[in-house]
Amino acid sequence: MERKFDEELKELSGMLMKMGSLAQTMIHKSIKSLVDRDRSLLNEVYTLEESVNVMHVEIDDFCLKLLALRQPQAGDLRMITAAIKINTDLERLGDQAVNIAQRTESLLERPAIKPLVDIPRESMIAQKMVNDSLDAFIKKDVKLAEDVLTRDDTIDDINNQVFRELLTYMMSDHTTIPIAFDLIFVSKNLERIADHATNIAEDVIFMVIGKDIRHHLAIK
Amino acid sequence: MAKKLIIEHLNAWFGNVQALKDINLDIEENGVTAVIGPSGCGKTTFVRCLNRIHEVVDNAKVNGSVLLDGENIYSNTMDPVLVRRRIGMVFQKPNPFPSMSIFENVAAGIRLNGSKKKNEIADRVEKSIKMSALWDEVKDKLYKSATALSGGQQQRLCIARTIAIEPEVILMDEPASALDPISTARIEELIQQIKERYTIVIVTHNMQQAARVSDYTGFFLLGELIEFNKTSDIFTNPKDKKTEDYITGRFG
Repeated sequence: MERKFDEELKELSGMLMKMGSLAQTMIHKSIKSLVDRDRSLLNEVYTLEESVNVMHVEIDDFCLKLLALRQPQAGDLRMITAAIKINTDLERLGDQAVNIAQRTESLLERPAIKPLVDIPRESMIAQKMVNDSLDAFIKKDVKLAEDVLTRDDTIDDINNQVFRELLTYMMSDHTTIPIAFDLIFVSKNLERIADHATNIAEDVIFMVIGKDIRHHLAIK
Repeated sequence: MAKKLIIEHLNAWFGNVQALKDINLDIEENGVTAVIGPSGCGKTTFVRCLNRIHEVVDNAKVNGSVLLDGENIYSNTMDPVLVRRRIGMVFQKPNPFPSMSIFENVAAGIRLNGSKKKNEIADRVEKSIKMSALWDEVKDKLYKSATALSGGQQQRLCIARTIAIEPEVILMDEPASALDPISTARIEELIQQIKERYTIVIVTHNMQQAARVSDYTGFFLLGELIEFNKTSDIFTNPKDKKTEDYITGRFG
């Protein structure tokens, strides 16, 4: 039996997907701006953040109404609690993109110290993680969500590598410090983006099979 | 926790129609166990088998066993009247004895069960009505007719009447379904208060009520027990698709 409530849950999924795609666009444009040394994309990132913030509030409000009025149980209840948490992660994704955009502004004021290799690679993996976690959400795909979780270590490795490499630049030439510093922060922002994707994937697993796998704790 | 009732291979029929099919279930002592399911699923028949009142219906039949503290209530040596004294019941519609006063409604059962001393009866009536959270509302009109009470008050009086004979288990068949929300809330609160002393089995078609008051929930469908688990698990993560569909309102 198709319920009126099912339409509302679909609407909620749709809102999250829309917000997710806005956050993904923000990440994409902020990184593209850095890699292409193209300042023109940065304003779009800031404009999009306003839309993401509006959706953040709208989605929480909608979830609260569904909890109060529909009194959901079982899978419906898990779906809405997952949505509330994913909503927060999506908003943070937008914040990370804004941080990258701000670092980029500073970076574009100075010449590049080296061609960017690891950061574009890190960003590719992080963006794919975000994309796949949202895909797993909409398809209720536990396997894909679990796959996202396995990629977090790669991101951590790249982030450490970026840090070590830029440290050698800073030690050999102190004038590179402000630039290297900004790049280390960008790498850290990407690492945080992957963490948010991981959170979303964990929420998807909880939503679909009711198993809380966070922090490797088996709470019954 | 100890098992107050152990139900094994319980089957029940009305004539040729089988209403319960091989039910196996343990009821925890001092817990509240809710029985949910759509109309006709056998949930009322199930609780009526737990104090041997199913068999008083014409052509009704039961087999299997219900162990009360390890003793089968269906064994030949068990007196059904004694079983019903140890396992009391509250019905859907408040059914106080209409010709009796509030006091007499509660006192009658105490007298029937042997106590004759006036003071002792009065004490037990007061204690039972207090435990049913009705005392403050009726203490000044104990000798007025019970039918003058509101539906919610009548139901609490029926609970007092059940409690008065000090049963070990209380079966409640939709005890709040004929009541307004405030009276319902009082009954639910009362269940929480008295469960320390009794083992309670409550049939309800109100799933939110099951979620609010019970520690364990069993879901019945077409005479079968589909799923039995902690209430917190049933309402957050049911294992059976049919349970999920029922409690999320997809059928039923």
